[in-house]
Amino acid sequence: MIRMTVAALALCSAAPILAETHTISPGEGAQERLQEALILAEPGDEVVLEAGRYTLTDGLSLDVDGVTLRGAGMNASILDFTNQAGSGEGLLVTSDNVTLRDFAVENAKGDGIKSKGADQIVYHALRVEWTNGPDASNGAYGIYPVEASNILVQDSYVRGASDAGIYVGQSENIIVRRNRVVENVAGIEIENSNRAEVTENLTTKNTGGILVFDLPGLPKVGGGDVLVARNAVIDNNTDNFAPEGNIVASVPAGTGVMIMANKGVHVRDNALINNSTSHVMMVAYTQAFDDDRYEPRPVDVVLSGNVYGSGGSAPDFAGGDMMAAAMGGALPPVLTDGLHRNLNKMDAVPVVSLGLTKVGQPFAEAQPQLLPPSPMVTKVTFTPVELPAEMEARIQ
Amino acid sequence: MKKALLIFSTAAAALAGSITVNATVIDEPAVNDEAVMEGMPRALSQYGFFLDAADQQPNYHVTSYELNTPLYSDGADKLRFVYLPEGTSLSGEDEGLLDFPVGSAIIKTFAFGDGDDRKLIETRVLLHRADGWIALPYRWNEDQTDAKLALAGARIPMTRPDGEEISYRIPNKNQCKTCHSKDGEVIPIGPKARNLDHGWLTMMANDGQLQSVPTGADALPVWTRADDFETDALARAYLDVNCAHCHQPGGGASNSGLDLRWEQDDPSQIGIRKPPVAAGRGAGGHAVSIAPGDPDASILVYRMSSTEAGIAMPELGRSTNDPDGIAVVRKWIEEMPAS
Repeated sequence: MIRMTVAALALCSAAPILAETHTISPGEGAQERLQEALILAEPGDEVVLEAGRYTLTDGLSLDVDGVTLRGAGMNASILDFTNQAGSGEGLLVTSDNVTLRDFAVENAKGDGIKSKGADQIVYHALRVEWTNGPDASNGAYGIYPVEASNILVQDSYVRGASDAGIYVGQSENIIVRRNRVVENVAGIEIENSNRAEVTENLTTKNTGGILVFDLPGLPKVGGGDVLVARNAVIDNNTDNFAPEGNIVASVPAGTGVMIMANKGVHVRDNALINNSTSHVMMVAYTQAFDDDRYEPRPVDVVLSGNVYGSGGSAPDFAGGDMMAAAMGGALPPVLTDGLHRNLNKMDAVPVVSLGLTKVGQPFAEAQPQLLPPSPMVTKVTFTPVELPAEMEARIQ
Repeated sequence: MKKALLIFSTAAAALAGSITVNATVIDEPAVNDEAVMEGMPRALSQYGFFLDAADQQPNYHVTSYELNTPLYSDGADKLRFVYLPEGTSLSGEDEGLLDFPVGSAIIKTFAFGDGDDRKLIETRVLLHRADGWIALPYRWNEDQTDAKLALAGARIPMTRPDGEEISYRIPNKNQCKTCHSKDGEVIPIGPKARNLDHGWLTMMANDGQLQSVPTGADALPVWTRADDFETDALARAYLDVNCAHCHQPGGGASNSGLDLRWEQDDPSQIGIRKPPVAAGRGAGGHAVSIAPGDPDASILVYRMSSTEAGIAMPELGRSTNDPDGIAVVRKWIEEMPAS
């Protein structure tokens, strides 16, 4: 508290000051004390959450560049939004070069942690959880950076999001690494974004493990150049609990990796196990759109080095059970609606196609078939994502 | 402009008798330009925007104004003022935001109740400084003598004049910016020429406080005379004022792809048959923002009609529903041809 006062006084005099640490403890007035610290922090400052549970009634926000918000651990410092009465998210960040680490956000009414237009943001060792598990009344996204470049999300845990556990939207230069996402509708979703690496994550018990989507009509479209590698995508068979109307409400339970309308997606060296609809699914965007920039089909998908376990035994779409029965009790590991272009398949697994020929064609017109091996038209390469070195240095 | 104020200590007597006695010259109680230009004054009184704060009687160079279509804030009365330092003026050419000189301020007080029962809740100030605008919230004390800086905001249980119990929210400093933001910069929202009365603008121009009355001024319907205007204009004005500060390119909700500004005429951009992107449970099971002819299937109406965090739109600034606004938007959607 003394430090806080000093910082506040220093600010009033508008004099430049050295980086400060503002330590906040839980208890009476935590909402105001923490929010005030986030407002009065100067670039370079750290706001430190002591261990304990912080009972909050409104969303928090940070709008100062270069601030670190750090707790005593994802199970020690808990921002509890169970009684939240306002705002669309638990914590909103709108400034650059921010580090969020070692705390938890529980039961936010909307999204858990959202950062908008916040470049060079690091999300590290966070827990964002809806503690009652899968429920349509949970918030949409757990960790939600949008409209930014240079994003690092690592070593975090998200559970219970009614849309996506980790959702990166309309951004570029992204690394999502070593996270655990459990019992969300989508575990990890990369949407309308470019140059993303999703690596070494455990996605389990979601409806769909990892989604790479592009949607029309948004300020940024044309997503692509995405690497999905070395992830464990296991047992993503939770019934879809997304509120209807959301695009992810159409994701079949039992989806491992799903690619919709994207260009240059590499699915490499993943362990894909016990996803009961399909380990890898490629589909076109089916709704009507009016956007000249938009390519509704998946183009230039590369599958290589993946380990495919059991799966495909209970496809969660109309007619899926008959298809599975006709194929000996389970669908092959890779499923396409038939509309993809230039699949680079190095893995020796069969691909089943629904045989659609037009974008937007109803599934009822499907003509299921195993795809014959086809030569790739264009070899597709991926250049590793590099974040500014100082971002990685912040969490060493 | 007056430089000093003459105070007659025994005015009546002095006028009746000798004309020369008992006159005292004191400094005019001017607005404190230093407070406008730097720091974060802890009390509203430090600015000197009011001659009588409790009565909201503005100081010299502080002028009250109203908006044709106002933002809904739990039905609070809003007293709006603009402060222009002596020798400066507003400018503007089209229907958009007036250009405020550095050193000016916009002041908005929120109040409930009429006459002697009126209670001032908070006053928000927007200060135009050399390095841009800053927004600060002030909370009124019980005695109604002054308002204190509330950087972290506050939540106040309150009974509205109609008896409804609400949890009124004073926004924190960052939340001010959430709405008052374009391309990351703090800006005013309300005083656009299209939403200001022609008579007021003319008065300001005649007074030298506005360079000229902009073309495109006074185009938005006057909400208090709603019967005189078309549903389409009322609804679009309502969305422009209540939603478009976020739902526009560069605004807080730009990533939604929904653009609710008055000047946007692309049907998909204003939400007609537009699927949601990141609405979460805010979609309410509906497929599109606006389903022509069917307000009950429109996400827009669903979110306007909720007070629950995570569903309610706008996200900030209201804890109760606006029945008039909802009715107008419903009627507008109902009247849209379904095919």
